[in-house]
Amino acid sequence: MTAINTGPRAWSASGSPLAVNLTGVSKDFGHVHAVRNVDLKLRSGEIVAILGPNGAGKTSTIDIILGLSQPTAGTVSVFGMHPRQAITRGLVSAVMQTGGLLRDLTVRETVEYTASLYAQRQPVGEVLSSAGITEIADRRVGKCSGGEQQRLRFALALLCNPELLVLDEPTSGMDVEGRRSFWSAIRKDAEQGRTVLFATHYLEEADAYADRIVLLRHGSVVADGTAAEIKAMAAGRTVRATLPGASEAMLSGIPGADSVEIRGDTVLVQSKDSDAVARYLLTQTAAKDLEVTARGIEDAFLALTADTPAITGAI
Amino acid sequence: MSIAPSTTAPDLSDRRSSPLGGFNLTALKLEIRRLTRNRRTIIISIVLPVFFFLLFGLNRNYDKLPAGHGNISAFVMISLALYGAVLATTFGGAMVSIERAQGWSRQLRLTPLSPVAYIVMKIMTALVLGACSVGAVYIAGDVSGKPSMSVGLWIATGFSVWIGSLLFAAFGLFLGYLLPAENVMQLIGLILGLLSFAGGLFIPVSQFAVGVQDVAKWTPLYGLNQLVHTPLLGNGVDWTWVVNVIAWLIIFGGGAAWRMRQDTARV
Repeated sequence: MTAINTGPRAWSASGSPLAVNLTGVSKDFGHVHAVRNVDLKLRSGEIVAILGPNGAGKTSTIDIILGLSQPTAGTVSVFGMHPRQAITRGLVSAVMQTGGLLRDLTVRETVEYTASLYAQRQPVGEVLSSAGITEIADRRVGKCSGGEQQRLRFALALLCNPELLVLDEPTSGMDVEGRRSFWSAIRKDAEQGRTVLFATHYLEEADAYADRIVLLRHGSVVADGTAAEIKAMAAGRTVRATLPGASEAMLSGIPGADSVEIRGDTVLVQSKDSDAVARYLLTQTAAKDLEVTARGIEDAFLALTADTPAITGAI
Repeated sequence: MSIAPSTTAPDLSDRRSSPLGGFNLTALKLEIRRLTRNRRTIIISIVLPVFFFLLFGLNRNYDKLPAGHGNISAFVMISLALYGAVLATTFGGAMVSIERAQGWSRQLRLTPLSPVAYIVMKIMTALVLGACSVGAVYIAGDVSGKPSMSVGLWIATGFSVWIGSLLFAAFGLFLGYLLPAENVMQLIGLILGLLSFAGGLFIPVSQFAVGVQDVAKWTPLYGLNQLVHTPLLGNGVDWTWVVNVIAWLIIFGGGAAWRMRQDTARV
């Protein structure tokens, strides 16, 4: 299942607990399995993207990390403690997709209200200015644009100076410019050693801003690695040929094959050495109509997250 | 779910949780400010009861007719203060429906604020508006010069009305967790209007038909209305009034707690 695994790291080198540690976590809603047996370990200071199409289980996973919902099975800890304990200590905060703001409060009042709930907090004025909303501080939240509201949510999340910042599709509904400035703010912020976990369905966003990408499909982790590793996965080519009567056993000996799939009379082979595969198929088997195509990272993402898995077997 | 063993790393040890589950006066002040920004709430819970008092409490020589240790005008003033106070506290409690609809309750669950501290703040906010409502009707009474009773009774009845309206803060919370935001505020005006009639706040229950009286005595405002008039009338407390208030407090409080638990488990 897991294509690339960075391997479980229960403790980081400094001996401090993992920022996030999910072990065998599943979440069912009736008959719907939103999250299936997910292992996810985040070390302090990592910037990790959870990437997947809508309905892949991103939000359900994040809700579990934030203690908003309880897993049906498995264990979750955040900085070695229960998520709720981590939140009451101001170790974790989150920026959610939409909503979550009172329209009849002003921007400043919203920040003051949230700040008052924490035992330790950043000065309100400082947070307003670092989120770039000092000018609109006295405006009612209901009169703020979507981008301004998102900056306010970001400000709220920074109030407790969290060790872990969780962002659920933070830029959905933003224009390109808004997205860019939002991410540059996050990036600048993360340089101070904050752990950042964000969910997105934009591949470019994960690629550009994450140190590590976790690909989710149907609630399961299908790949977990650096952007470069995921790209390397996609660097191979697909060799496609017509081969009636092909069997798994017959094709298991193909040199350099990462994976093999048989669809009726068609054989699909993923490989980083497509020449060797093509040579083998044409010389050692009755394959014909051979076709070699390159895959981009978009294709890898689609292939890994599509409803019908195009890649089977280990890569 | 089992929880991984807790290990405290040196850099996390200075992180403290909030005292009192996050309850604090800054948040309470902002809650009250929010409530006062809602013009419709202010008009219905403060201006309307005062208007009703001026309409019903001052005419027909009510100030000449005795009622217990005071006059009928004082009796009507207490009824309408109760009407205003229960509107105010119900509105205050039902604000949770707006917060649920706007996703604010979910946002608060990402902060140290505990559900109990949140509810305590909601109830205190509702009681502040309830106090304004009672105060407005009593000031109108004083200015009009018609209600007559001793200073001690002004204070005793006003305080009883205010504390009694706590029952309807629980009612508001229950409705706020039960109903969607777009309906709840309109419904409250209607429901409380009916309950006020049934409870005898506008017309004494003794003037209803006998069968209707029997039903009216079970409604949530009847017991409370009787109790808050007791200091003025000096006629003693009937145990059924107390049972009425306690039973409805259990129903509203239990209902609110039940719905709240459902709400937080929902996501």
